[in-house]
Amino acid sequence: MDILILLIPAALFLGLVGLVAFMWTLRAGQYDDIEGISYRALFEEDDIEKEQKKKED
Amino acid sequence: MHQASQEVFKIEHFVVEGLHCPKCIREIEGTLAENKKIKNARVNLSTQRLAVEWSQETDNALARSEEIITALDNIGFKAFPFKNANISAEEDRVSKSLLRAMAVSGFAAANVMLLSVAVWGGSDMNESTRSLMHWVSAAIVLPAAAYAGQPFFRSALAALKGKRLNMDVPISLAVILTCAMSLFETIIQSDQTYYDAVVMLLFFLLIGRYLDQKMRSHARSVAHNLMSYKVSKASLLHDDGTTEDVAVEMLVPGQIIQVIAGDKIPIDGKVVSGVSDIDTSIVTGETIPQKTKTDDIVYAGTINLNGTLSIEITATTGNTLLDEIIVLMETAEQGRAKYVKLADRAAQIYAPLVHFLAAATFLGWLVLSNIGWELSLINAIAVLIITCPCALGLAVPVVQVVASSRLFKAGILVKAADGLERLAEIDTVIFDKTGTLTLGQPELANGDDETVSDFNLELAASVAKTSSHPLCRALIVACHDRDLPTIATTSEIREEPGMGLEATINGLEVRLGNREWCGINANYLPNNRYSELWLKAKGATPVLFCFKDRMRSDAHDVVQWFIRRKMKVILLSGDRKDVVEEAAEELGISRYKHSCKPQDKIEIIERMKDNGDKILMVGDGINDAPALSAADVSISPSSAAEISQNAADFIFQSQKLDTIVRAYQVSVSSRQLVFTNFALAAIYNIIAVPFAAAGMLTPLIAAIAMSMSSIVVTGNALRLNFEKLYKSHDA
Repeated sequence: MDILILLIPAALFLGLVGLVAFMWTLRAGQYDDIEGISYRALFEEDDIEKEQKKKED
Repeated sequence: MHQASQEVFKIEHFVVEGLHCPKCIREIEGTLAENKKIKNARVNLSTQRLAVEWSQETDNALARSEEIITALDNIGFKAFPFKNANISAEEDRVSKSLLRAMAVSGFAAANVMLLSVAVWGGSDMNESTRSLMHWVSAAIVLPAAAYAGQPFFRSALAALKGKRLNMDVPISLAVILTCAMSLFETIIQSDQTYYDAVVMLLFFLLIGRYLDQKMRSHARSVAHNLMSYKVSKASLLHDDGTTEDVAVEMLVPGQIIQVIAGDKIPIDGKVVSGVSDIDTSIVTGETIPQKTKTDDIVYAGTINLNGTLSIEITATTGNTLLDEIIVLMETAEQGRAKYVKLADRAAQIYAPLVHFLAAATFLGWLVLSNIGWELSLINAIAVLIITCPCALGLAVPVVQVVASSRLFKAGILVKAADGLERLAEIDTVIFDKTGTLTLGQPELANGDDETVSDFNLELAASVAKTSSHPLCRALIVACHDRDLPTIATTSEIREEPGMGLEATINGLEVRLGNREWCGINANYLPNNRYSELWLKAKGATPVLFCFKDRMRSDAHDVVQWFIRRKMKVILLSGDRKDVVEEAAEELGISRYKHSCKPQDKIEIIERMKDNGDKILMVGDGINDAPALSAADVSISPSSAAEISQNAADFIFQSQKLDTIVRAYQVSVSSRQLVFTNFALAAIYNIIAVPFAAAGMLTPLIAAIAMSMSSIVVTGNALRLNFEKLYKSHDA
């Protein structure tokens, strides 16, 4: 049963990684626009960002 | 706090109409990215809104938003400043905190279940290993429960402070006591702990709550978008004759604004120049436009039909007609008995009963056996756990979620949390006429008259076709119905504000407009029932066109549907006697009252409520707003005045009224399902409690029972999706 000393912390650690990742996505606003975000993934590295960069320069 | 308010100031939200595709996102964001003043513009496709972050602060907020609106207009989108950013931010915060609590309880439930299953299955596990498992579980569950239980603890505390009982009281008690007992068992190294039950209970309940909140806030967000479509700026007239667009909130008494034909009058005031007809139906319910000339008083919300008016502002916020209505609404709301939600009513029976059973178990074991007070207490807590409020706590929210989403698809927005429950109890329906039973659009009423021949109609429509006046448009619709073409005019069509139109058609001089314009004696064919237009061709007898407000196509069917179900149907209108009588007869409503002021409507409702009637009010005008708040439950069409939409519990978006019947049907079925759910939870308790009281409960049984009861309750709620709903015939 000694293996438990390794396994339990490992399981908890993995679970915590998932929880923290979820909290991060929530905080980053990734669920604010569920519909739009699916399309944004298909946008090319496009004009919008170029414009944005131009402005920053 | 300070930082937050600053952020709100720098970010502005807009509602964008017709936002539906990825191309829209790119076009809008691409166009706005070219503007140097904008730091970041982001479209939200789910909420149909655009958030604009400015790079620096400017004083003139209106000019700034105007810039965005024009920019979007140029690429074909209509944008409106979003008015309820604060409310929607608050709702967002609530749903995010629920989601966080749900994530934490879900994480804890999954991990603790791993350990619990090992304990339940590990018959050869030695004592120290089991103890280790329990301590690890405690380390996970105690902080998780303290965090994820907060929504329940807070609500329970608030209820207790108000000397009430709600569902969250037994839930909180179960969570706290189960944690305490499990910790005690862990310390004395016993083999039975209920850590998994605690987090599972929280996890299930939070899923239900989150979905409930999400569904409702989605419906409210759509409702807020609808409200933002209404413009709230005025065109201020300067001394040198130029005009400037300003926000209505910035106006002060004494200033003069200009309102062009077809626009809504933004504020109460006195006409200083100009003549026009004004559609006051939203304020008074009267369908015949009012003639307005210099020195007449006009009210915010009414529509200027023809002719430009200059209006001197007499009252600003605090003194307008709208403010008087708001005062009436507030009084009406105070008179409204506080509705106790079904779940809370169930809790008021359930909580004392369960606590009594637990106490009886404790005393029973203590007095009748020799197992000692610790074990007696543990058995008592076991009763509290097994009567798990899980099924009861889920009974209402899951039904609400299914019902709201079903209604949402049918075009009905459920704004109030307990709206469905209140709707299910009604026995009286009160309708407003103008804009509710009718569409607020005129249609030709005397098309069968001999004088309204194809030739005359054609002639009138030819003159009318350039005008935006509602009566002129009704003429053109009537013309289309008879498949008549309109004659091309060779001469220019001249419009005289507040009077009518003039044109030369086929060499014939023709006038279309009011009596005066056509030079007709007031005694010739007198009419004070319909809106009228006269057609006068040179040398011919003048022709009268009458118009009445167009009924919604299924108004009759819907009214009869309620009457067939033995409900009282009443018509309360601010319109004049003849018109209301005719409408009531057409719809088969025997009880009606005309010329109602807002106070009259409230009085009638209050009186009926005192007689024990449960009233559904359906209305749209500003004059209906107090009645909407006074009634037990209320519905408004999405075309209603903003204040009425705010007051209403439901909003329907269709041109038809059958949505009201559907909302009622869904509310009745939901109520039945909630009761079945309560019954299921009760049956389950009756079976399980004796085992717990006898001390025969194990953590494994508790876990299975809790999951099973939750699944049964949820499955039962889903049956609502198969319900057949009413549809009016010509649908």
